[in-house]
Amino acid sequence: MILPGYVIEKRLTPSSTAYVIIPILSIILALAAGAIFLELSGRNCFEIYSRMFSGAFGSRYGLSETVVKAIPLTLTGIGVALAFRMQLWNIGGEGQLYMGAFAATWVALTFPGGSGWWVLPTMVLLGMLAGGLWALIPAIPRAIWGVNEIITTLMLNYVAIFWVDYLVFGPWKDPNGFNFPMTAQFSPGAILPALGNSRIHAGLFFGLALTVIFYLIIYHTRWGYEIRVTGENPNSAHYAGMNSKRNIMLVMFFSGAICGLAGMSEVAGIAGRLQQGLSPGYGFTAIIIAWLSRLNPFAIVIVAFLFAGLQVGGYIVQTSGIPSSMVTMLQGLLLFFVLGGELLTNYTIKRMPANPSGDDMR
Amino acid sequence: MNQEILVAILATAVTAGTPILYAALGEILAERAGVLNLGVEGMMLAGAVSGFIFATKTSSPWTGLLIAMLAGGLLAAIHAFLTVTLKANQVVSGLALTMFGTGLSGYIGKSYVGMPLPVPFHKVSVPVLSDIPFIGPVLFNHDPMVYLSYILVPVLWFFIFRTRSGLHLRAVGENPAAADSMGINVFLTRYIYVIIGGMLAGMGGAYLSLHYVPSWMENITAGRGWIAVALVIFATWNPVNALWGSYFFGGIDALGFRLQTMNVTISPHFLKMLPYLFTVVVLVLVTKRNMLNRIGSPRALGLPYDREER
Repeated sequence: MILPGYVIEKRLTPSSTAYVIIPILSIILALAAGAIFLELSGRNCFEIYSRMFSGAFGSRYGLSETVVKAIPLTLTGIGVALAFRMQLWNIGGEGQLYMGAFAATWVALTFPGGSGWWVLPTMVLLGMLAGGLWALIPAIPRAIWGVNEIITTLMLNYVAIFWVDYLVFGPWKDPNGFNFPMTAQFSPGAILPALGNSRIHAGLFFGLALTVIFYLIIYHTRWGYEIRVTGENPNSAHYAGMNSKRNIMLVMFFSGAICGLAGMSEVAGIAGRLQQGLSPGYGFTAIIIAWLSRLNPFAIVIVAFLFAGLQVGGYIVQTSGIPSSMVTMLQGLLLFFVLGGELLTNYTIKRMPANPSGDDMR
Repeated sequence: MNQEILVAILATAVTAGTPILYAALGEILAERAGVLNLGVEGMMLAGAVSGFIFATKTSSPWTGLLIAMLAGGLLAAIHAFLTVTLKANQVVSGLALTMFGTGLSGYIGKSYVGMPLPVPFHKVSVPVLSDIPFIGPVLFNHDPMVYLSYILVPVLWFFIFRTRSGLHLRAVGENPAAADSMGINVFLTRYIYVIIGGMLAGMGGAYLSLHYVPSWMENITAGRGWIAVALVIFATWNPVNALWGSYFFGGIDALGFRLQTMNVTISPHFLKMLPYLFTVVVLVLVTKRNMLNRIGSPRALGLPYDREER
């Protein structure tokens, strides 16, 4: 009961208009709530928001930066969405991204003169393998004993980030890097080609290709059908003879592998080297993107683009003293409103009918 | 290893474990009521930053602590509203809470980063008890918040397992429909314990900024909220076990720190991994053990309660 005199009733079929309206309304409400915090700290919210918007979408440079950020967000978004489809909470996208970046860097640094056609494909393969194996570590105990994967995947994020820290501060540090925590520059053969003279790189095609592959697998294969059934009702999947243990491990492996590919495309497409603080939390933002998109791959691309804009806008206003944590705060608020809005998708609020019998209507 | 070093490590284990203990106690209450709150990390951060700001402004760590409880409780109330009233997904709502708390604390704490706290909680040795050899310096030479936790643990244990209200709490988490038909208000019960849980998480965060560090920096909790969530499973939802567990994790933290100062050749980056790796290993072992002993989570954990589906 929310208001006296009104009741919440479950809808028989989810409202389809709500599917479209709720995300839009959520964005508006989250921005409004964020505005309250901005105003409370003595800033003009309209000015900040308009600067963020024009910074992210208003110029050719801004737009290309937004696309650059949308690449890892799409990839990690697709990656975690695959696991979420099976009700596997992979919160470890961030760590899997770092491990993918690590393995790709290993290839680039081990064959420094490597300019053959095989260098980039090997980086892709090993990056995916490393991300996949990193996700398999929590997947195995989850499949066998039901060990909570939320906590284990999250803990392994810290381990992966410290591992990369160790490498860039220690054995892999660039001797000519003025003591910055980063590796040496990759040779040209280990760098993804860019689009024209922009910073947009071939990782964009990985993102778009995986979106289509995700769609085809989930909706048009037997395996995808098994994933969907297991996610919606583990018991019926069991009775139908589906091998849930095997599917848990496979799904987590591929989920991690896609996040690993995001890491590979970051080191090979943007910096051309491995460095500390490689990702500003793409693996976490991916969770919101996946949820906001209702795990629909095409929606993920669009939402990832919008979130990339939020991130770029956040960088722009940082110059006038707005902490970057404002973006994280807005993301959390957004998720609150989306969750609250789901009630409107599945329930309807009705006036309580008159109650002639006089029974206690609870 | 001589005794002096051992005492120092164990005493540090207690202080390093205390923030995790507060947070785990709070999560035990929420989960006992059937609500999984993964926002512990966010509530701790909100507690840490607001506690620090108010302790600085009022020159009293106690007001800071009070405000930290308020902040944690307020954030928890959002989670309660979303998951209990609106029946939203508890996992996602908890993650949203962690994100919101992380962002909010970073935002409002920006101008306080690195500032030293003029009025932290100081050590107060307990008369007589602190003179006991070995045990005295390990357990009774701490700050007031540690002593408060010594009292809180048995009180909560007694409350959960030996009082009528505690029975109601457990009933709501195990079988809300039955509890409802007994006349217990399931929704109200869940609200109350989720909010108290948030207040305890806020206290855990405040312990970091008001004594352990004591200053404010972004992400001061560094995953301790998540370790607390794991600890609840380790503790089989029992406050007394949470005490041992948090000192165990505190000990690993302390050991890593100790080794860094003792010129060990292991890279500090590896030592920093220790608590997280241990959490994974312990969680796997404990889940296996709980499964063999048939100890499970409260049966209604994570499920929204809908009276119409009774």
